[in-house]
Order: sequence, then structure tokens, then C-alpha cells
Amino acid sequence: MRSRWSYVYFAFYLLLGVVLLFLNNDLSKAVITLMNVIIVLVPLIGTIFGVMYYYNSQEFTELLLAQPIKRSSIFLGQYLGVALSLSMSLILGLGIPFVFYGLFESSAIWDFSLLLITGTFLTLIFTALAFNIALSNENKIKGFGYAILLWLFLAVIYDGLFLMTLILFEDYPLDKVSLIGTMLNPIDLSRTLILLKLDISALLGYTGAVFKQFFGTSFGLIVSFVMLTIWVVMPVLRIVFKSKKKDF
Amino acid sequence: MVTIENLHKKFGKNQVLSGIDLNISEGGIFAVLGPNGSGKTTLIKSVLGMVIPDKGNITVLGENIKKNSEYRHKIDYLPQIANFPSNLRVKELIKMIKDLRKPTNEDERLIELFRLEPFLDKKLGNLSGGTKQKVNLVLTFMFDSPLIILDEPTTGLDPISLIRLKDLIKAEKAKGKTVLITSHIMSFVEEISDEIVFILEGKIYFKGTIQKLKTKTNQPDFEHAIASILTDNHA
Repeated sequence: MRSRWSYVYFAFYLLLGVVLLFLNNDLSKAVITLMNVIIVLVPLIGTIFGVMYYYNSQEFTELLLAQPIKRSSIFLGQYLGVALSLSMSLILGLGIPFVFYGLFESSAIWDFSLLLITGTFLTLIFTALAFNIALSNENKIKGFGYAILLWLFLAVIYDGLFLMTLILFEDYPLDKVSLIGTMLNPIDLSRTLILLKLDISALLGYTGAVFKQFFGTSFGLIVSFVMLTIWVVMPVLRIVFKSKKKDF
Repeated sequence: MVTIENLHKKFGKNQVLSGIDLNISEGGIFAVLGPNGSGKTTLIKSVLGMVIPDKGNITVLGENIKKNSEYRHKIDYLPQIANFPSNLRVKELIKMIKDLRKPTNEDERLIELFRLEPFLDKKLGNLSGGTKQKVNLVLTFMFDSPLIILDEPTTGLDPISLIRLKDLIKAEKAKGKTVLITSHIMSFVEEISDEIVFILEGKIYFKGTIQKLKTKTNQPDFEHAIASILTDNHA
């Protein structure tokens, strides 16, 4: 089940990469289009695959639990299995067409690598979140529901709320607030990171300058990656913690 | 062999085990009996570490099982319902479990014993309930562990396989192993077990030989002795 779907996922990215390159005929433009796709799609796929895999392998998990293996190894193994195979599909699926198109001689290589790195982070984050949801919900339908809601919230609703707060409090200085707000959502954080790297921060309007000041520096970049790492580590720790207490 | 002290477990509001104390000595066949929902499987899963108790201590072969997984090397466990991943083949599953534990050649003898050769290349999802149970038995008995735990081992087995299973259990006992069984088939329990443990409402109601149970309840046969416990307690 898992392996077949990760091939489909791989093929999808391969196709996406080829089509975008063909239509745009330019590497950096293709990278921008790709970003828009990746920022939304990668979390969705990570969430759905994570939940699906957990529920599908429940029987198998029970079989393993009676064997002399540590609980944390069972669940971390399953998590890494899903998250890494999804990341591989992403990296190879997009990497191959871009490499053939002449990525290595192009200046877009750093932008592209950043795209892949954030994509991998997003996969790790959302698969871990999905595993958390599945571990806490015995009921599959509920688990799927919460997982989709989480994705919807972080990918769409969060932005809406964020924007509304900005409008409501526009009389106040909002640089810090908007910066922190962006940091707290891995999707927003990834999007901002890539946009700024692509040097199209003018699109971001008046806060763009503040963002550029922060994220554009190497300090901002490091803080951003630390944040993304925290977003990976926290849910993974909860997987370990929760799985130790669960009854089967 | 297995010592259980003051074991408590609650699932939500449902108090399943309320203070179980049990000592299982080495060697022999012990049957855990009780009405549906009395906590037999919960007790067994607690020993295996699959259910985390709210209170109480469990030691297996002198090792406390809390935060420990190594002791499971010494346990062979047969789960109640054989829920195997349906896209695996029988052969692959056996190989995988062997990789996880240790190499053994015992599986070949067991496969022959239960006539499983024609199913080796079939996927587990396509097997009948009885055949799955046989695969389950092979997986359990192929390792030579000192403690064997069987949760409803007779489910779905045809008469001939049942006879083979009984012989298998007796052979393990002859090797000096400890076998823990739950079952609702009284004739099976009566034939095979040395001692029974009767659980009622989360507590141990009776522990001892079948003969002792008969004298205690004043019933001539085992089945009626069990039935009389249940009617006396309105369970």
C-alpha cells in the first residue's frame, strides 16, 4: 500500500516538474510556480498519508507490540518510513527533471534547494502531526476529520485570521506581531522564506521590508530553520510519549 | 515465573481489573477462565506490556516488565483474533517475524503439521479464519520460549487441527514450559489444564485444580462447576 502510493506521488512530482519547465521555459519562474504548489500540497499529502498509514497498519502494529521490540522503535520506525519515503518522492520527483533541464549551471540552484529543504521539513512536520492525531483518535473517521481540519487551518484559515488581526490592529505597530505570527505557522514560515529568497518581497507590501530585514539575514534564516526543526521535534516527541502510554 | 501484584486497570469508566494478585509457578498448563468481559484478555495483555496498568506490579521470570521490552524474548504469544496485514504473504510474514526475534527451523515442522504448504504463497487477506489461526499458531510455537500465552487458541480450528494443537501444547508442557491459556471451550480446558484461574468482575475468584473446584462447588463435572459459580454470582 505505502510503496505503491509513494510511486504515484513520485510520478506526480516528476510530471509536475516536467510540465512546469516546459510551460515556463525558465528555471526561476518554474521554481516560483512550484513553490505555490508545494506549500499547499506537501502538507496535505503528508497529513493524509500519515493518518492513512497509521490506521492501515494498526493490525501490524499490534503484531509487533507482542514482539521484543521497544514501543518507541515501532512508532518512530513507522513515522520515519512514511515521512522519508514521501520526502524521497518529493526530492527525486522534482529533482530529476530540474537536473536534466540544467539546474547545476543555473543560478536558481540555491532557490531550488531551499524549496526542496522546506518541502522536506513540511513533510516531516505534517506526517508527525498526522501520527499524533491518529494516535489520539481510535475512531478513523474522526482522525481523518481532525487531520484535514488541521491542514485546512494551517494552510488557509490561519492566514485569514492573521490578516484580520492585522487589519483590526492596524493603528498599532505590527512588525513584531506579524513576524511572530509567521513563525508560528510552518506553512507561512516556509512560504515567507522562499519568497524572500526569490527576491520578490515587494509582493509582500509594507511588511515586506520588515520581513526582508529579518528573514533576509543569515540570522533570520537560522532562526527560521530552528523553528522548523522545533516543529518537527515537538510532535515526534509527543509520538514517543503518547505511544508509551497507549493501550492496545 | 509470572507474578502479578495488585493489578488495576480501567478503560474510561469501565473498571476491568480491580486488584488481581496472581502467582504462576514454573511448568504446567494454566487456564484463565471467566465470563465475557471479565478481563482475561486485559490481564494477558498487561503481562505482555500491550496494556499499561493503572496500578500494580508484574514480574516475568524475575524481571519487572515496566519500561522493558527484552523480557518478551521469553514469551510466545498467540493473539485472540489473528489480524495480520492483509497484503503480506504467509511466507513473508513468517520470515519477518523470524528476523525480528531469532532464526529457527521449527516453522517447517509446524507448517507440515498444520498442512499449510499450499497457503505459503497466498496473501493473508485471502485466507479463511481457520487457516489464519493456523498461521498464528505457527508464528507462536516456532520459538522455543519458556512461557507460552495462548488467547483463545481453538477459535476456528477444525477437529483434526484441534487434536494436533492439544498434542503440541502437551509436548511443550513435557519440555517443562509454562503455558497460559484462555478459552471458553470447557472440554478443552478440562482435558488440557493442570490448574485453573477463575476471574470474576476483575478479581480472582478461584485458583486451583479442577478437582478442587468440583469439591468446592459440589458439582460432579467441570462444566457444571463453572456454571454454578456464574449462577451463584448472577453474572
